[in-house]
Amino acid sequence: MSLELKYTSSTPREFTLSVLTEDKSGLINQLTIIFTKRKININSLNVSVTEVKGVSRFTIVIETSKDMIDNIVKQIRKLIDVLGAFVYEEDQIFYQEIALYKVPKYAIVDGKSVEDLVSKSGARILVVETDYMIIEKTGKARETHDLYQKLEPFGLLEFIRSGRVAISKSTRKTEAYIKELEASNSNKLSIKDF
Amino acid sequence: MNTSTLVIEKKRSKKTTRIKGSDAVLQCLIAEGVTTIFGYPGGAIMPIYDALFNYQDKLNHILTRHEQGAVHAAQGMARVTGKAGVCFATSGPGATNLITGIADAQIDSTPLVCITGQVPSHLLGTDAFQETDVMGISMPVTKWNYQVTRAEEIPYAIARAFYIANTGRPGPVLIDITKDAQFAEFDFAYDKCEKIRSYHPYPEALQSDLEAAANLINDAQKPYILVGQGVQLSGAENELMIFAEKTGIPMAATLMGLSGIPTSHPLYVGYLGMHGNYGPNIKTNECDVLIAIGMRFDDRVTGDLDRYAKQAKVIHIEIDPSEIDKNVKTTVAINSDAKQALLGLIPLVNVSTHKDWIDEFHQCDKIEFDKVIDAELYPNSGEIKMAEVINRISEVTDGAAIVITDVGQHQMVANRYYKFRKSLSCITSGGLGTMGFALPAAMGAKVGQPERTVIAVIGDGGFQMTIQELGTIRQSDLAVKILILNNNFLGMVRQWQQLFFEKRYSFTELDNPDFQMITKGYGIKAQKVEKREDLDQAIFDWLNCEGPALLEVVVEHEGNVFPMVPSGASVAEIRLD
Repeated sequence: MSLELKYTSSTPREFTLSVLTEDKSGLINQLTIIFTKRKININSLNVSVTEVKGVSRFTIVIETSKDMIDNIVKQIRKLIDVLGAFVYEEDQIFYQEIALYKVPKYAIVDGKSVEDLVSKSGARILVVETDYMIIEKTGKARETHDLYQKLEPFGLLEFIRSGRVAISKSTRKTEAYIKELEASNSNKLSIKDF
Repeated sequence: MNTSTLVIEKKRSKKTTRIKGSDAVLQCLIAEGVTTIFGYPGGAIMPIYDALFNYQDKLNHILTRHEQGAVHAAQGMARVTGKAGVCFATSGPGATNLITGIADAQIDSTPLVCITGQVPSHLLGTDAFQETDVMGISMPVTKWNYQVTRAEEIPYAIARAFYIANTGRPGPVLIDITKDAQFAEFDFAYDKCEKIRSYHPYPEALQSDLEAAANLINDAQKPYILVGQGVQLSGAENELMIFAEKTGIPMAATLMGLSGIPTSHPLYVGYLGMHGNYGPNIKTNECDVLIAIGMRFDDRVTGDLDRYAKQAKVIHIEIDPSEIDKNVKTTVAINSDAKQALLGLIPLVNVSTHKDWIDEFHQCDKIEFDKVIDAELYPNSGEIKMAEVINRISEVTDGAAIVITDVGQHQMVANRYYKFRKSLSCITSGGLGTMGFALPAAMGAKVGQPERTVIAVIGDGGFQMTIQELGTIRQSDLAVKILILNNNFLGMVRQWQQLFFEKRYSFTELDNPDFQMITKGYGIKAQKVEKREDLDQAIFDWLNCEGPALLEVVVEHEGNVFPMVPSGASVAEIRLD
């Protein structure tokens, strides 16, 4: 029997939303209202500037159904100061998160030091202070989590991970999209494939 | 995220004059063609009210008795004129009292520009006297909102407000203006907003969608049109008529779509939804092509979605892309306003008739008449029925009045039995179901259409939610005709308790005050009818007297509204008793 996964439109799965907005206050509130209204938890949220002046990008990761994400993305596009909203699944984007780990400086587990572990994990030592050091690792959540588990026996003092930043595999430029939007009289829905 | 302040676009051409922010607000409103403002003053909006003192020849301000009255009145005016209604309120409680009306306008797509005063900008976030985060509170229920903290932002904010409220799918907008911005002087010039790059209110129907829809319509044996408010919002009444008459397709209306087609039109088959007509509900599950125009498949229209029109191919004409495929999956979606879509479809559809299909509706009408309507409209004895009162008023006014209804049994009855002849005449709180809506909304409707008869139909429960607006009606001499259908019950809730909660009448019976004495106390004419034989004369006197007047009719204590699609049932399971 085949173990191939069959997704239906109501099966929950992970989506990455990329939302281009005017750089105005209050937008984060307008966006989160759309999720809280439907009692959907946001897994990660990142806000950043873009290469276009005055345009911000929100990258939002949520787990929900295809039907729901289609509804949500339309509601987001409806916000007056939203320039565009796009939904991606894992294979449509490159994405990374950054994790920071604070560990005691001289800890040794099974004869290995933190430095040994760091060099084998594709991580790097960011800061060394008198009593602790900070390790930085960039990767997908499962990779940063993997290092987390390995560092835990060393007496991990603090751990933090950023929201996802994602870039689509499309070749269109943000600026070209904004220009297309400005020239168009149609709605934001009809400009796809970004 | 950011807190970057607004970049004021460079004035294009006009010369500027140096004025205060408060004057600028009023000059912006005048430039937008505003004639009437409904409002209530208070500390944080006092500079604007002070300026208003000098503009009384240009701006008619109506002082309501509660901010909720102001926003509902603005809604009423917007609904009968098709242009954004305007209301003022102060910060804190003034602003929060607007919220119900704003939420009502949002769900019923009514254009509003609400202007609230706010504490001075240096006090923002300090829990200052009458400070409330009206931006945060109103965000989920407005189409757009904006806080002005500098006078220079006023023209920009108000120009955008009117553009956003009035265009596309209309909706409410709130502008919150700090007191210091109202006091500050700046160089004023006004340009109307004509474009926002991130907002495209008028999507154009794709020719391929129009053709696909026309093919479905031309091949259909049992096509069926559902008319929503979008027809009236886009001014597509004539186009709808031409389209329906060419194709011979029967039409039913949602609650919000009522009056978009004259009730007497031969292709009009009735009213949809929970307390709609029998045929229009049943036939939804028998048609082969469903043409939904400017409506959003609300649950009160569809009943159980899993058993709604599953046999039909669905064409959805809708301006708001987020409504397409939200509740009902479409075969063809036409994303444009109703008028543009119909103009595009008319040349593509074939001339046709569907006589046998329409006869099926008429057979259902006969069943509904025999089982429900006959006894409702023409009882020989017993208590007065709500329906016979509405029917008499419909006859006496020849269907030409604007009928504003509150929420509950009387609302369903009024909209079932009033025979509308003119567009933009059925004004009701549809999506939100706001009790207390009708009395203040009727004030706004009367201001918007002073030549027309404006009738507010209200239950004894809803009347007491905004009863203080009788004071506004008196002071501003608004000739509203108020009909109270008094059954001394919260009738719709009681009906549900009877049918679905084993007659446990939990807190629905009302021990009412003397509405006659109250109304007369406000200086408004009032009369009360308890006997059927007095009804005709009372209606005549009430409608023909000068100025505002209230008619209270004591109706059946435990009457029920039928037909009824019980909550969660399929439209095909509509009950006649």
